[in-house]
Amino acid sequence: MHELALVQELCALATAAAQRHGATRIERLQLRLGDRCGVDADALRLAFAVVQQQQAWQHTQLELELVPTRCRCRRCGHRFRPVDLIHCCPRCGGLSHALLEGRELELVALEVA
Amino acid sequence: MCGRCGCDPPRVAMAAPRPRPLRRLELRQGLLSRNDAQAQHNRQQFQALGLRVVNLLSAPGSGKTSLLEQLAQRWPRPPIGVIVGDLATDRDAQRLQGAGARAVQIRTGERCHLDAAQVARAFSQLDAVGLDLLVIENVGNLVCPAAFDLGEQRRIAVLSVTEGEDKPLKYPALFSSADAVVLNKSDLADAVGFDRSAALSHLRAVAPQAVLFEVSARQGSGLAALLQWLDQPQAPWP
Repeated sequence: MHELALVQELCALATAAAQRHGATRIERLQLRLGDRCGVDADALRLAFAVVQQQQAWQHTQLELELVPTRCRCRRCGHRFRPVDLIHCCPRCGGLSHALLEGRELELVALEVA
Repeated sequence: MCGRCGCDPPRVAMAAPRPRPLRRLELRQGLLSRNDAQAQHNRQQFQALGLRVVNLLSAPGSGKTSLLEQLAQRWPRPPIGVIVGDLATDRDAQRLQGAGARAVQIRTGERCHLDAAQVARAFSQLDAVGLDLLVIENVGNLVCPAAFDLGEQRRIAVLSVTEGEDKPLKYPALFSSADAVVLNKSDLADAVGFDRSAALSHLRAVAPQAVLFEVSARQGSGLAALLQWLDQPQAPWP
């Protein structure tokens, strides 16, 4: 359950950016979350709900964009979306792969006033 | 004039304060970017000192500390350095000091993982003169520590036979990020009915990149290959 630590980091990054741009209110946080980034979306929402109990974050919405895993097989070069947590290449059966997408854990944008 | 009662209402209604328009700020900033920057700083510092640094990860009770006691006693150029994370107590650090290691404890309190800043603080308390191997023993946890780069050059995941052969399938993130997997407590495999071939095929499936070492830290068996891997001068330490 490191999601609370990540939400604290998220709030710190967002606050710093809002202050840099002279904003007084943060309406929306837009986050990209890869499904192999080690963060559970529901746990993250729950951790954010804890932060929303503070007045400053009460009206801020958290928007999560979930990014599915995409791999490239190291044996045959085929690009594929794995069907489960074993990233087996559907073309050659190879297990060795590079992760192209799925590690994302980033604050994409803020909507501020 | 008001048609109902003859009063004279103001012609223009009081304007409500105009809400400030919404703006969109593009950031594209990694949530772990501060940790990653600190980890990169740690890595440069370790490399400048000629230090090999390993991040050791596993579930609680898989035998990380016992394994480190053995490594501390057998490393060809002792002592080794250890930074050990635990929720409470400094029992692990004391055990490791007893085995000849230079050990610093990080008490994480309620936190479930180590981060790069904690490692930097702990490292500043460690006398690194004459060390060439530093092991960071992470908090026992198969989920959270996998996401945090500490500045290590290699990751070792420990799996003990008593945890069951399907652990790698249940917690693939940790195993898929490991450069090596140590299968510990091999002396207990028969007693707990451990299905070795199933475990190895699960490990190959989720961690095809990892080198495997089967050891018993308690009996001190199987450690030579692991020590050699840690000590290989030609091995790529990225």
